[in-house]
Amino acid sequence: MTSGFQSSLESGTFTVTAEIAPPRGADPDAIGRKVAPLRGWVAAVNVTDNQSAVVRMSSLAASRLALAAGVEPIMQVTCRDRNRIALQSDLLGACGLGIPNILMMTGDHPRFGDHADAMPVFDLDSIQLLWVARTMRDEHRLLSGRNLAWPPSWFLGAVENPFAPPTEFRAARLGKKIAAGAQFVQTQYVFDVTAFERWMTQVRDLGLDGRCHVLAGVGPIMSARALGHLQHEVPGVHIPREVARRLLAVPASRVADEGIKVCAETISQLRHITGVAGVHIMAAGNEQLIPDILRLAGLDRGACRAG
Amino acid sequence: MYRAHRLLAQNAGYQRLAARLERWPALSRLFTAAERGVKQELFGCRMCGQCALPVTGYACPMTCPKQLRNGPCGGVGADGSCEVYPAERCVWVLAYERAQQAGRSADLLRLHRPIDHRRVGQSSWLNYWQGRDDQLWTAGDDLASPALIGPAGHSAPS
Repeated sequence: MTSGFQSSLESGTFTVTAEIAPPRGADPDAIGRKVAPLRGWVAAVNVTDNQSAVVRMSSLAASRLALAAGVEPIMQVTCRDRNRIALQSDLLGACGLGIPNILMMTGDHPRFGDHADAMPVFDLDSIQLLWVARTMRDEHRLLSGRNLAWPPSWFLGAVENPFAPPTEFRAARLGKKIAAGAQFVQTQYVFDVTAFERWMTQVRDLGLDGRCHVLAGVGPIMSARALGHLQHEVPGVHIPREVARRLLAVPASRVADEGIKVCAETISQLRHITGVAGVHIMAAGNEQLIPDILRLAGLDRGACRAG
Repeated sequence: MYRAHRLLAQNAGYQRLAARLERWPALSRLFTAAERGVKQELFGCRMCGQCALPVTGYACPMTCPKQLRNGPCGGVGADGSCEVYPAERCVWVLAYERAQQAGRSADLLRLHRPIDHRRVGQSSWLNYWQGRDDQLWTAGDDLASPALIGPAGHSAPS
């Protein structure tokens, strides 16, 4: 099992990934419909793990469905819902099912989701989970010390938010994730390119860009309501005043177009920052627009293809 | 706080004392209650039994709603507030400030292994003095030659 996503990054190609959410339901074709317009445009798709602590089809099953639909998945795994036993078991299952890429994160607290009364697990944190996964892959050993008869092979990733306090610690925190096992990182939405560049400078100063592929998170803001949601309801998203003003300056019917334009311009800016290996597009249900955004940003179909 | 830690630092005397205390359940319960009293008052201690305070700027990571021992999550508000309880400050923002002020920011780069749930409710001082905490975190940032993770209570294989 090889990761085309990994090959793309290692070849030095500017690499694009996109995010899709599994369905709230058991429809086996929902994933295929979502990834169809992305085929050839992205190297891989992130499959979210009960994002925002809202129940959806499992990321493991949905990743397998993405694979069957011909798009390489990056299975997201959070520490919110499973203890160390279930996490290791699901990781092995992912490898058994041919899922080559795993992205590990702590996860949103259940308080924000549709089961606010649920027990938050957080038995491991994202760094410990990366550390365990790397040990399973490289040392063929579980956290318990028991050996694995058939060692897994994964391309391991992490997330980082360059904009959340303590901002001066964020590059160093990426360093911890790399020491634990991260080979690629995808960031929170970048709307403030200047602040992102400050973080990237620290990442380069610590020599981390040579140890880990950095994909900057981007996404189009499609309405004034979406803007308000990102500003006030999604933890850790920072939208500079100029961007908000630009989106609110156009008539309501044209906010979506403006949002797409802002997103494409951001991608073009990010491409010129040393150490940025690609972008990760979070279009929140508007995946069909991703080809348009990439075209606007000057990235052709296939240019960002894996392998 | 760092001065107070020197007072409690591991030594052969404490190790003997701890081993002896543990032989008397009533005495070790009393000792554990005293530790709880002091640390709850000072740090909001949750009695995880495997104290991280000496390397987290004396801000207790177990008070984080996600109990993150390796640093802040990505949801910290722009004003440094906790994403889950916005009226409170993120404990890792506090840890970062305190560690910086004390010139101990390198401490925050250590990798913390997962906690041992069997030790929840125990005295972390008794555990620490008897060397049970020796594998709780890495000696440094481990970037040069990242260690692999070993099972709880065992040394990581070299």
